[in-house]
Amino acid sequence: MAAGDFLSSIEFISPVDYAKRKIQSVQEYALLAAQSVANLFRRPVYGADMMQQADSIGFGSLPIVLASVFFTGAALALNSATTLSRFGATTVIGQLVSIGIVRELGPVLAGLVVAGRNASGMASELGSMIVTEQIDAMRALGTDPMKKLVTPRVAASVVMLFFLTILGDFMGLLGGSVVAGVLLGMDAHEYWSNAWQTLVFSDVFMGLMKPLVFGFIVATIGCYYGLTTKGGTQGVGRSTTEAVVASMILIIAVDVFVTRFLMVVLGS
Amino acid sequence: MPTPSLPLEERATATLDHPQDVIVFDDVAISFEENMVLDGISFRLPRGETKALFGVAGSGKSTILKMALGLLKPDRGHIYTLGEDVTQMREEDLFDLRRKVGIVFQESALFDSLTVHDNVAFRLMEEGSASIGEIDERVREALRFVELEHTVAMFPSELSGGMRRRVAIARAIITEPETILYDSPTGGLDPVTSTTIVELLVKQRDVYKTSSLLVTHRLQDAFMMASHVFDPKTNHMRHVEPGGRVEIPMAFLILREGKVIFDGDLHQLVQTKDEYIREFIS
Repeated sequence: MAAGDFLSSIEFISPVDYAKRKIQSVQEYALLAAQSVANLFRRPVYGADMMQQADSIGFGSLPIVLASVFFTGAALALNSATTLSRFGATTVIGQLVSIGIVRELGPVLAGLVVAGRNASGMASELGSMIVTEQIDAMRALGTDPMKKLVTPRVAASVVMLFFLTILGDFMGLLGGSVVAGVLLGMDAHEYWSNAWQTLVFSDVFMGLMKPLVFGFIVATIGCYYGLTTKGGTQGVGRSTTEAVVASMILIIAVDVFVTRFLMVVLGS
Repeated sequence: MPTPSLPLEERATATLDHPQDVIVFDDVAISFEENMVLDGISFRLPRGETKALFGVAGSGKSTILKMALGLLKPDRGHIYTLGEDVTQMREEDLFDLRRKVGIVFQESALFDSLTVHDNVAFRLMEEGSASIGEIDERVREALRFVELEHTVAMFPSELSGGMRRRVAIARAIITEPETILYDSPTGGLDPVTSTTIVELLVKQRDVYKTSSLLVTHRLQDAFMMASHVFDPKTNHMRHVEPGGRVEIPMAFLILREGKVIFDGDLHQLVQTKDEYIREFIS
C-alpha cells in the first residue's frame, strides 16, 4: 500500500464526534451491566449455562490463580525479609504477608489473572458469534442473548472469583510460609500464628468484597467488547485485546476507590 | 413498475384490510452511516406466497429480512409481520413473534459449539414445552425432511456448505412456522446442491403452504421455483407448463438504488419493458 493510499484510508474524526462515541460506549456498557443483573430476576434463568461457565471460569482459572498468588506471596516474604532484617523484625513477616495478600494482592491478582484469561475468552467467543451471525440467529430463534450468554457469565465470574480469591489467599500465605521456613529458617507455627492473629474482620471483609466487584468488571467488559465487535475476524482480535486491556485497567483503578470506600465504611 | 407507499388511509389498517398478508412493508427507509440503503420500500407478502427478492450486492435484500424480524429497526416507515408492527415493539416482545417465523441465514449461522441435533432442537429446548423424547422425534423428522438424518450427532464444522444450509432449513422449519425468510440459501453452492435446496423450498411451499421471502442472486433458482411444483407421490418437484391449470404462488421483487422497481409475478416479469430489468433477467 502506497503512503498516499495508507493516509487516505485513515479515518479522521472530530474531537466532538470522538467524545460522543465514547459517551455512547459508556452508556451502552452501563445498560449491558444493568441488564445482566436485572436478568437474574427474570425468566428464563439459564442454570445449566451458569454451571458450565462456572466450570470454565472457576476451575479453568484455578491453577493459574493459585500459582500466581503463591509466587507473589513468596516474593513478598523475600522482599519483606530483606527490609525487616535491618530492624531485627523478621518475625513479623507472617503479619506483613497476611495483610498484603488478604487485603490487596490476593483479590487484585486473582482479578487480573481471570481478566487475562476470561475477559479475552468471552470477547473472542461472543465476537465470533457476532461476525458469523450466530447472535442474530439466536435473537431470530426467540432467545435473548443477554439472558442466555451475558447473565450466566456475569453470575459465574462474580461467584467463582470470590472462591478463587479465598483459595488464592491461602496459597499466597503458603508461598510466604515456604520462603520464611526454607530460606529464613522461621518456625512455621510462628509464621502461621502471626499471619492468622493479625487479621481482623475489616481485612477479610475488604479482601472478599473486592473479587465480587472485579468479577463483575471482567465479565461485563468481556461481554461488552464481544457483543460490540465490528469488522470480521480482525475485529474479533481487536475486541479481545481491548477487553483484556480495559478490564485490567478498570480492576486496578476501581481497586483504589473500593479500598477507600470500604476503609470509610469499616472505619479502618 | 415502481411501487408507491401505501395510501395514508391504508397505512393504519394495512394488516386489517389484508388479513391474508403475513408481511407488509410500508414506506420503509434505513441508512447505515449516512448511506441510504433502502428509501421508501413498500410491498406485501400474501399468505402462502413465496416472493423472491433480487438486487445487486448491497442493495438491502438481507436488510429487508432482518427488518421483517425486528433484528434491525428502520429509520422510517412501518413493518407488519403476522399483523404486528415490529417497528413499534420492544425487544422483549419481539421474541414471542420471532418464534412464529423461521429464518435461514446467508452463511447458515449454525451454533458451532452445538451438535446438529442441538442446533435443530434449539428453539424447542428454549421453549421448554416438549419432552426430550418429543424433541428427539421432531429433530429427526426435520432432518429427514432435508435428508440429513445421519448427521444428528455431528458438529457444523464437520458438514459441507450445502449440508449446513440444509441443517439451517431444518432448524427453521422445526416449529412449523407460518413464514420463513431465506437469505441466499443457494449462494456459493454447486448447481446440484442448489437444485436440492430449491426442491426443499418448493416442498416447504407446496406441502406445508408456508409463506416466504427468498433473497437470492441466482435468478435461475427463482425461475425454477416459479415453474415447478412438488409432487408428493414421487417426492420430487416437477415442471409445470406456463399457462397450465396449476397456479404457482410465486412473485418477484427487484430493488434498485434503495427503491422497489418491480413487484409482480413471473408473467409480468418476462413481459416487462424496463431495460434494467430485462438486462437483469437476461
